[in-house]
Amino acid sequence: MRGPTKAPPHIVVSGLTMAYGDFVIQRDLEFTIRRGDIFVIMGGSGCGKSTLMRAMIGLLPPAKGKVTIDGVSFWDASADERDRMMHRCGVTYQGAALWSSMTLAENVSLPLEQYTELPTGMIRDLVELKLSLVGLAGFGEYYPSEISGGMRKRAGLARAIALDPDILFFDEPSAGLDPISSRRLDDLIAELRDSLGATVVLVTHELPTIFGIGNNSVFLDADTRTQLATGNPNTLVAESPDPRVRAFLTRGESDAPSPQLPAGGNS
Amino acid sequence: MQDTDPTPKIRLSRSGDPVVQLVLAGAWTLDRDFPSDEAVRKLLTKPSPPQTLEFQAQAVSAWDSGLLTYLLGIIKLAHSNGVETDLSGLPGGVQRLIALSLAVPEHHTPHAEPVRIGVTERAGRAWIAAARGATGFLEFLGQTALAFSTFLRGKARYRPADFLLLLQEVGAQALPIVSLVSLLVGLILAFIGAVQLRQFGAEIYVADLVGIAMARQMGALMTAIILAGRTGAAYAAQLGTMQANEEIDALRTLGISPIEFLVVPRVFALVLMMPLLSAYAVLMGILGGALVCVTSFDISFMEYYNETIITIRMADFAAGMVYTVVFAVIVALSGCLRGIQSGRNASAVGVATTSAVVTAIVWIVVADAILTVLFDAIGF
Repeated sequence: MRGPTKAPPHIVVSGLTMAYGDFVIQRDLEFTIRRGDIFVIMGGSGCGKSTLMRAMIGLLPPAKGKVTIDGVSFWDASADERDRMMHRCGVTYQGAALWSSMTLAENVSLPLEQYTELPTGMIRDLVELKLSLVGLAGFGEYYPSEISGGMRKRAGLARAIALDPDILFFDEPSAGLDPISSRRLDDLIAELRDSLGATVVLVTHELPTIFGIGNNSVFLDADTRTQLATGNPNTLVAESPDPRVRAFLTRGESDAPSPQLPAGGNS
Repeated sequence: MQDTDPTPKIRLSRSGDPVVQLVLAGAWTLDRDFPSDEAVRKLLTKPSPPQTLEFQAQAVSAWDSGLLTYLLGIIKLAHSNGVETDLSGLPGGVQRLIALSLAVPEHHTPHAEPVRIGVTERAGRAWIAAARGATGFLEFLGQTALAFSTFLRGKARYRPADFLLLLQEVGAQALPIVSLVSLLVGLILAFIGAVQLRQFGAEIYVADLVGIAMARQMGALMTAIILAGRTGAAYAAQLGTMQANEEIDALRTLGISPIEFLVVPRVFALVLMMPLLSAYAVLMGILGGALVCVTSFDISFMEYYNETIITIRMADFAAGMVYTVVFAVIVALSGCLRGIQSGRNASAVGVATTSAVVTAIVWIVVADAILTVLFDAIGF
């Protein structure tokens, strides 16, 4: 396997500030993702992880700063170019977000029908392939409401890889899954990264996932509303100068003092 | 020393001492009435309260959250009056739960300070909100218009199978309710008209009244109101749920415009089917009128038929169709707009649905008034 640490920068986020109206979610984010990385966006609940992902996949224009993919600034590009860049990304959402009025096969085939000129038979074969890659062979005719949560997540993944994307985004892949399913999903993500040669960006706060497959990360903090650290989580856990990062990565069981509980009062 | 009496009881030791004991006995469960803690409160809030309040619960035979809330109230009052509490006489479980509950200090920054704002500011805010709403609507309208031209050029990204399904849902499946309602409207119109016209022996003109009213106005209006409740609400709920489920985000990240994929087929389906439904409603209304005249007013079916044929001009139908198309656009757009703008939770979807129906009906009536005045002015 190639060494991801030596690859050139792939996605560069610089000076990124995200806000809803006047309310700043995160400010001054700076990090670099290299090709082939499994990059983890981590942090406590409600710190803006998903919002950062929305800014990176083109759903939320940032208040300030840049997201650059292979040297092209996403939010400064023309609408057409942005569309082209978005086609290189596959996204799976927290709740899978499968189109509920369509079967799994239709969900996976829609991107193929819309963006390729492939004949129907070929599309059908491709859909079967993608569903079998995520372990859902034979479930093509099921509707999203007829399968379990874990299967829905995997179906969302099959849809995300329909167009063979360069970059795969995952919002909380293991949320609501049992430990074994979530481990399998992690393995699947790592496997797809290796075999598709894709870069993976994960939003998660699950430590097994972070340490199991992540090799680069950014840590967002809810109180200071900015990043506290970036780098390989396996190194950060021991070497981060910030006690809050070490505490998070060790579930608050490290030598460091546990993080202040976010209580406003002092009664 | 188990107390056999299960009634919860408290007893205070002598109140002059620096350490006061509060002795609890009985079964402290939520299904029983707890004794008043008035005496304890009085003791704690006196100018010179004791140093320490000691709890003794050896005689408590059973407890649940009821005891915890009772004790927590007392403990908090004690702490705020500078009285120490000694919990060692309480059952182990109670001690641990109380410690857990007091571990994190209460969150005191208010959730959202209800700021008092003056009338001027409120009016200003309302205007800004209205202006934002209007901008949002115009943006949506513009996007829909653009997507519509893409659709007509055959370049829109949508699924033809979905479109056919929409046509069926909007059109064919609405037939029973449209039949019933317009038949009854024709019937009502005929009754009101006939009772008046009979005074002049002119019952036959009921056919004119019902025919013209249905063709010009009532057919379109009733169909529009039915479809606002039936289809407009469905559109808002569908798109709102898709929004809540991130399904619309999933379309956007694929570069598929939700307006092209979801809104345009819905608007087009309604604009195609509503005139057909409306024409059918006119027919049913006229049948309703005939039913009344034939059964109650001694007019034969052929007489009624002939009178209707002579009276209704093509222009009346044409006017009715203009109304219908305008109403169809209003119903479809308000349904889709509210759906797309919906928040991301279940109650927001409910609000979106309600708002879609209300918006549609208000604008149907407004548009009806404007068109009627306009048609009158140009003599259409």
